[in-house]
Amino acid sequence: MIFVEDKNLVVPGDVLADDEYHTGRGTFRDGNKICSSLVGLVAVRDKKISVIPLQSKYIPKRGDVVIGEITDIRFSMWNLDINSPYSGFLPASDVFGKEKRDLNKAFDVGDVLFLRVVDVDEVKKVKLGLKGRGLGKFRGGILIYITPTKVPRLIGKKGSMINMIKDETKCDIIVGQNGVVWVKGEPEMERVAEKVINMIEDQAHTSGLTDRVRNMLYELLGKEIEEEKEDVEEEVPEPDIEE
Amino acid sequence: MKIEAGVLERADGSAYLEIGGNKVLAAVYGPRELHVRRIMRPDMAVIRCRYNMAPFSVGDRKRPGPDRRSVEISKITADALRPAVFLEKFPRSTIDIFIEILEAEGGTRCAGITAASVALADAGIPMRDLVVSCAAGKANGNVVLDLSENEDKEGEADLPVAIMPRSGEITLLQMDGHLTSEEFDKALNLAVEGCKKINEAQKEAIKNRYGEENG
Repeated sequence: MIFVEDKNLVVPGDVLADDEYHTGRGTFRDGNKICSSLVGLVAVRDKKISVIPLQSKYIPKRGDVVIGEITDIRFSMWNLDINSPYSGFLPASDVFGKEKRDLNKAFDVGDVLFLRVVDVDEVKKVKLGLKGRGLGKFRGGILIYITPTKVPRLIGKKGSMINMIKDETKCDIIVGQNGVVWVKGEPEMERVAEKVINMIEDQAHTSGLTDRVRNMLYELLGKEIEEEKEDVEEEVPEPDIEE
Repeated sequence: MKIEAGVLERADGSAYLEIGGNKVLAAVYGPRELHVRRIMRPDMAVIRCRYNMAPFSVGDRKRPGPDRRSVEISKITADALRPAVFLEKFPRSTIDIFIEILEAEGGTRCAGITAASVALADAGIPMRDLVVSCAAGKANGNVVLDLSENEDKEGEADLPVAIMPRSGEITLLQMDGHLTSEEFDKALNLAVEGCKKINEAQKEAIKNRYGEENG
């Protein structure tokens, strides 16, 4: 027996279904009832019931690509803030190999890096790495923080949403799984992209979002759209992010 | 009674609550990194709570800063909320709760717990249930629900209760004054009834934050 429908908004403690269903993400079993533990939208797949959270913190997972800011330089590693309850570290050996060099010369406090989570151990130490395509330090651009659970929505199906924003604003955009978005382009275009990304975050739980984003982009870009429609092209290297 | 969720931009979760003559603001930060090593738990998160009354919240100006009363209420608020939160999902981190009483008119500890629970849900922290709190008591010889300031000061007894409404588990039970066994049972039942009413408003507040569209 199920008490809610797909895409219903639920709050912690709401009873979702009874024993014949399985607990998914954001739910727990209490006696013979399945209850929600989060504020979110119900997702029912076959006999599995889960709640997609509307708000969350990023919990590091091995293999994720994240954007982090250097907060501290230690003897043989950098400490990074990765917008999570757990801070990450980047070992110097990952950057220099066996060579011993001054850490300050490579990256300084405040630098923003695009990294991969190499490992998360049992005491929640997050080891980061720079090995991989497109990973490294960002120069310029702005950072936008969104809720990590809304990252898949921002990227869209096979990157449809993010590519639309990239095409229309001609900005370089990279999305970290930790909910940090890096945008670089013309200053006005950066602002347009920021507005659109914030709008997507606000309305991520509603349907028909792609059309509204397109309308908003056209509205914000207004006149430029007609003049420059021809020379819209992809000049951005695709960041290797999967949904 | 009015509850609003997500009123503060900078906090991870927040709630504003008006109940009776009380005006309460609650903010939640976290789960975030904990730097105080000695209170860190390797297997779960810790909840830290600060209850504070604004100097202008009461008739005579309240001297700002923590006092014996606010330290007690901070502790019992954390204790009342702790059973509801899935702390084991965030080892070695902290969840910080700040409760500011802007205006007080009896029953601020209950208002604080109710608001903090909405703020926790707003922050996206996994919980077994919302925690809701309400006081009952005895004034002028009658057992009544939700005492006002005068009823509290001059009445015979005050009984703040916090529950998790789905299971009915009690997470806070205090008593000040004297009640007979029968009066106590009556007051407790009354408080639980009151809690269930407030719980409806809590759920409403969280759902309102995300608009009417449900997919």
